[in-house]
Amino acid sequence: MADDVRMETKDLTVYYGKHPGVKNVSLPIYDREITALIGPSGCGKTTFLRALNRMHDLNPIVRVEGKVLLDGEDIYDPSVDPVLIRRRVGMVFQRPTPFPTMNIFENVVAGLRLVGVKDREELRRAAERALKMAALWDEVKDRLHQPAVGLSGGQQQRLSIARALAVEPEVLLMDEPTSALDPVSTQAIEDLLTRLKENVTIVIVTHNMQQAARVSDRTAFFLDGELIEFGRTEEIFTKPKDPRTEAYITGRFG
Amino acid sequence: MPNWLYQRLGDRLFAAVIVLFSLGVVAAAAAIVAVLYFGGREAFATFGFFGFVLGRVWDAVRGQFGAWPPLLGTLITSAAALLLAFFPALSAALFVVEFSSGRLREAVAYLIDLLAALPSVVYGLWGIFVLVPLVRDYVEMPLFTWAAAHAPALLPILGPPTGIGLLSATLVLALMIVPYASALARDALALVPQSQREAMYALGATRWEVIRRVVIPYARAGIFSGVVLALARALGETMAVTMLIGNSVNLPYTLFGPASTMASLIANEFTEAEDDLHLSALIAVGFVLLLIALVTNLIATWMLRRMSHGEGRR
Amino acid sequence: MNLKRRYLRDRLMQLLVYLGTLVVLVPLFFILYYVFVQGIGALNWEFFTRPPAPPGEEGGGMLPAIVGSLIVDTLALLFAAVFGIAAGILLAEYPDHPLNPVLRLVADVMAGLPAILMGLVAFVLVVQPMGHFSGLSGSVALALIMVPIIIRTTEGVLKLIPWEITEAGLALGLPRWRVILSLVLPAARGGIVTGLMLALARGAGEAAPLIFTAFGNPFLTFNPLEPMDTLPLKLYVYAISPYEDWHRQAWGAALLLAAAIMVTNYLARRAMRS
Repeated sequence: MADDVRMETKDLTVYYGKHPGVKNVSLPIYDREITALIGPSGCGKTTFLRALNRMHDLNPIVRVEGKVLLDGEDIYDPSVDPVLIRRRVGMVFQRPTPFPTMNIFENVVAGLRLVGVKDREELRRAAERALKMAALWDEVKDRLHQPAVGLSGGQQQRLSIARALAVEPEVLLMDEPTSALDPVSTQAIEDLLTRLKENVTIVIVTHNMQQAARVSDRTAFFLDGELIEFGRTEEIFTKPKDPRTEAYITGRFG
Repeated sequence: MPNWLYQRLGDRLFAAVIVLFSLGVVAAAAAIVAVLYFGGREAFATFGFFGFVLGRVWDAVRGQFGAWPPLLGTLITSAAALLLAFFPALSAALFVVEFSSGRLREAVAYLIDLLAALPSVVYGLWGIFVLVPLVRDYVEMPLFTWAAAHAPALLPILGPPTGIGLLSATLVLALMIVPYASALARDALALVPQSQREAMYALGATRWEVIRRVVIPYARAGIFSGVVLALARALGETMAVTMLIGNSVNLPYTLFGPASTMASLIANEFTEAEDDLHLSALIAVGFVLLLIALVTNLIATWMLRRMSHGEGRR
Repeated sequence: MNLKRRYLRDRLMQLLVYLGTLVVLVPLFFILYYVFVQGIGALNWEFFTRPPAPPGEEGGGMLPAIVGSLIVDTLALLFAAVFGIAAGILLAEYPDHPLNPVLRLVADVMAGLPAILMGLVAFVLVVQPMGHFSGLSGSVALALIMVPIIIRTTEGVLKLIPWEITEAGLALGLPRWRVILSLVLPAARGGIVTGLMLALARGAGEAAPLIFTAFGNPFLTFNPLEPMDTLPLKLYVYAISPYEDWHRQAWGAALLLAAAIMVTNYLARRAMRS
């Protein structure tokens, strides 16, 4: 149901060495909604996002404190396997990253191959489903075995989305997914997001406020590593409660 | 002088000097090929090009010069050394790039580069006094005595277990090309963008899966070309091989027994060569070595240019 | 469970990588240990100041070889630097010049050629016309080995110099050649010197091309037109000789060479990082 909480952070603090990039953030992510994270550069929104699928594990100088709950369980608990978490919480990055040595089909099913899915029929069905969800199927269905790097930037990003969707994650994290794309591709991706949220909970970081306003159900405003305000998108953008939120929204900084 | 003259004349002169010296480099390269070819011509004329290259007898006393024994020795030692060196080299490269960070990473990389910079004669010295006795006592003698008792048919293949010979030379050659190959592989792996790794991790992959499915394929052009360059290095290695291989041009070679490579033959006989034909034959061997090295290097360069890729772009 | 198997494989491969790395590093320590232990005793005052004793006699040193190394290597570096830096400038600062594709191919390929072949070339071009061996011919051979290294490092470092520096110079009205000589090259000075050091280290360790060019000389000489000895050459001759005392001195030479190269490498790495 749309008001259930899918993920939640409790006093999440992320240190880069000594410096905290995210400070004591407690934020709920509601099931099958699009939650946008906005704020000026360096406010910690991307750092926060990466904590949600334990991407910071890869960086030895980063330390995470606090809890991140997925369906009620802390993903940072020592008994929890990060590999499993990342299947349930997928990620799409700012720049499209097709695997250049694989063709389109191989790219989409890369995640499925990891868990050992070998049956060609099963893979083909999954690829078709994921590509349709990413609004890319019609454009590539006749050239699935061509190199993925031959696609345009917007297509490559939708390919990355399809690749992330193929493993059927519960949550999809998106780190400024359209900032490197042209307006047409951006529009295409924003459109598919609205359809996607019927099945997937989405958290999107964006520096483009208009995008946040167009696309998201709820919005969180970050500043200097802190969560300043969080609420339904219309309220944030029309009746912000915090003066700093209002200043950012009206373009006075950032 | 008027300003425009200062500018134009200066520029012209400078560029001309630069180009002149650069032409000198190109001329030097051409000279290498020409000198070796013309120096070897007498031998090629006497025996025919293929007669020389494939000739199985190298006998300075009788004036009969066939380059097949040293050529075979070069091919065997280089190929075997490369096979031995490949996995350790790749492992060390993976360790540096994927499995370590900070000070440990720098230290290991520095040590491997140090190994790569050690002169061949130092490897050879260590080989003679440390490796050879070890190989003789712990590998060759035991195998030889075992074969003498249980499989005498193997003895002619094994050869005399003196320590000096094909096996030791191949081992030291492998030891020498490992750091070189490793450094090249490391460079290739380091070029893989972190975003590629992250994309794979984000799908729920273990570290090895990221390495096997994304990092190594992405870097494969650099790794392959590194392998080929390491082969080129092995082909021309002279000092350590000369010191350990026993320098015999008589076929057939045995595993433990003395052998010869093109480089070691030249190093060994050049100062002793008395007649023109002998000298020419040695230079001709050098020309054959040059051809092989050129082809190998060109393959490596071509591989790198054809197979490498940037980020996807239309 | 499938996940357990994946983790097992992950651990196994990690172990293999560690083992492979050990296989690479253990021989290094082995070699360095032996070189140090065997060589340290030989590096005495006599080693550095006396010429070699006649074969079979104890004592003597490597003075001619040390001096010879310095002279032959420095001369070679001079030759190589002139040609190599010029070629590096052409590749980096005049990228559209028609000679460049050929030059780059030549430099790449030359870098991978066996050192002994350069010795053959120097033999034909210098030793034969002169009628005798000489340190000069050795320098020519070594220069051929050093040039590709210098070209590569010079081009590399020049390309890193920001275009803004050239732009600023041109905007001041300086001609192109002044900009390169007075602005770009000095900015790249550190990197170029590093390249020269690396080339020197490489040349200093070579013996094969010197066997029939510099040839060796038991007597001390400062004249490159005479045959000269170098450390690697002496090392080789002593190592394969039957005399124990010569073996001892060979280890000393090995230690000296290894130490010099270690220091040069370390300095070069430090310079490259800054």
